[in-house]
Amino acid sequence: MATRGGFFKFDRNNQQKLGFALLSLVALLTILPIIVILSMLVFKGGSAISWEFISGFPYDGMREGGILPAIIGTFYLTIGTAIFSVPLGVASAIYLSEYAKDSLLTRIIRLAIINLSGIPSVVYGLFGLGLFVLFLKFGTSILSASLTLSIMTLPVIISTSEEALRAVPQSFRTVSISLGATKWQTIRRIVLPEALPGIITGIILGLERAAGETAPILFTGAAFFLPNLPTTFFDATMALPYHLFVISTQIPEMPIRIQFGTALVLITFVLGMNLLATVVRSRARAKRQW
Amino acid sequence: MVTPAMTDKIKIEGFSLQYQDGTETLRNVNLSIEKNAITVLFGPAGGGKSSLLRSINRLNDPEDIKQIDGHIFLDSEDILSPKVDLINLRRKIGMVFARPVVLPLTIRKNITYGLEVMGEHNKARLDDAVERSLRQAALWEEINHRLDDPAVALSGGQQQRLCIARTLALEPDVIMLDEPTSGLDPISTGKVENSLQELKKQYTIILVPHSVQQAARTADNAAFFLQGELIEFSRGKGIFTAPTVKKTEDYVTGRFG
Repeated sequence: MATRGGFFKFDRNNQQKLGFALLSLVALLTILPIIVILSMLVFKGGSAISWEFISGFPYDGMREGGILPAIIGTFYLTIGTAIFSVPLGVASAIYLSEYAKDSLLTRIIRLAIINLSGIPSVVYGLFGLGLFVLFLKFGTSILSASLTLSIMTLPVIISTSEEALRAVPQSFRTVSISLGATKWQTIRRIVLPEALPGIITGIILGLERAAGETAPILFTGAAFFLPNLPTTFFDATMALPYHLFVISTQIPEMPIRIQFGTALVLITFVLGMNLLATVVRSRARAKRQW
Repeated sequence: MVTPAMTDKIKIEGFSLQYQDGTETLRNVNLSIEKNAITVLFGPAGGGKSSLLRSINRLNDPEDIKQIDGHIFLDSEDILSPKVDLINLRRKIGMVFARPVVLPLTIRKNITYGLEVMGEHNKARLDDAVERSLRQAALWEEINHRLDDPAVALSGGQQQRLCIARTLALEPDVIMLDEPTSGLDPISTGKVENSLQELKKQYTIILVPHSVQQAARTADNAAFFLQGELIEFSRGKGIFTAPTVKKTEDYVTGRFG
């Protein structure tokens, strides 16, 4: 069947060309928003970026000055989230992929993880307020906010890590066991190194989301304005996403360039982590001995 | 059916195995594996040969097993006993699988892996094991200049001989091979078969061949399995030339299978 009937008589070569062109167009469309957003941010906020903006404190009701406390705060929150969510998430993934039998219990655990990632972030915020801030008396602090963000990040880390572990061929495990290795040696020496690039990608994607979230830190650790940098984990902190929300909605006569400049810094932070993920992953691949 | 002999390395007595999902089962298998000889287990797919191999070095997942009866003795130790040290057992009984599965490591690390997980870190001893086992698997001449290359870079035939070398590095008593040449070309198959003939001087070998022809070529003793039962066992190649059971005859003459 070289041709088809109907108004358009395409032979199959032309059908292929048309299909290819359409698919390329759709693929291009998906990167269009990123390009538009980035160029808009650079165009409207680029002029705000200066050394003083990055390294200075805000003043004049935050209409002037820099955003250093928000940058540092987001950095602290990301580190705090990593400290709690990475060991827990990776360990859970190892348990689910390597040890857990397919039982009612593990099915419930998996279902819970899936559902956890569907919960709106503001609900995490309220949960964190109830559990960490009030019940455990951690107060509005980096600790409470990091823990809240960790719970939100866990499902991402667990499911991507579990997927990466499951992608390691079963035959590697059988061979390793047949050569006298214990299960843990097999995981440690064969399975984990193989899955590592995928796990790292999952971790960074999870942390990236945490770094950009506003709602979970709203009630648990983010401050409207602080004159000093936080000194301990029990201090509240300013953070980029919340700061952006504040200067965009709460402060009258806010210069637009500062709003867009702040957004530009936040986006750069997140895209920078993305870049880091890509670099780490490709270096891990290159270091592999096969 | 079982003729006791002083030279038997493994004795299987009244062994039955049933999986949870009811797939492949073995019924009342009695079989002796002679020391320093090649014992061939052959028959159509689903006959229980692989299950028997996996039982001998306890690779079956206990969760999958519904019921297990009988005994398998390695020398005089019952390897089905719950007291058996599995790590030690697998060191004594090496296994080579149908598809060559090289670990995602270098050629050298593939061979030293089994020794290293047992705590051997002496470089000289590891290097010795690499050379010795690669020579035994007839691979040393081909690849000794590229031991630190990734093992996946080897051809299929070389990978399978590497898998054999990896098993030999542990200096096991018994080597079990489950259709080791099923994915190989005739020349590589010949090389593997030749090295088996060398290896049996030092090791006890159990081979599941990928054809009746290979069974007849390599066997010192042969056992015919059909649907979970050991139909006929012969010391020597008698089973291929003068089978005593009708089902065996049908199979070796190509009437089914």
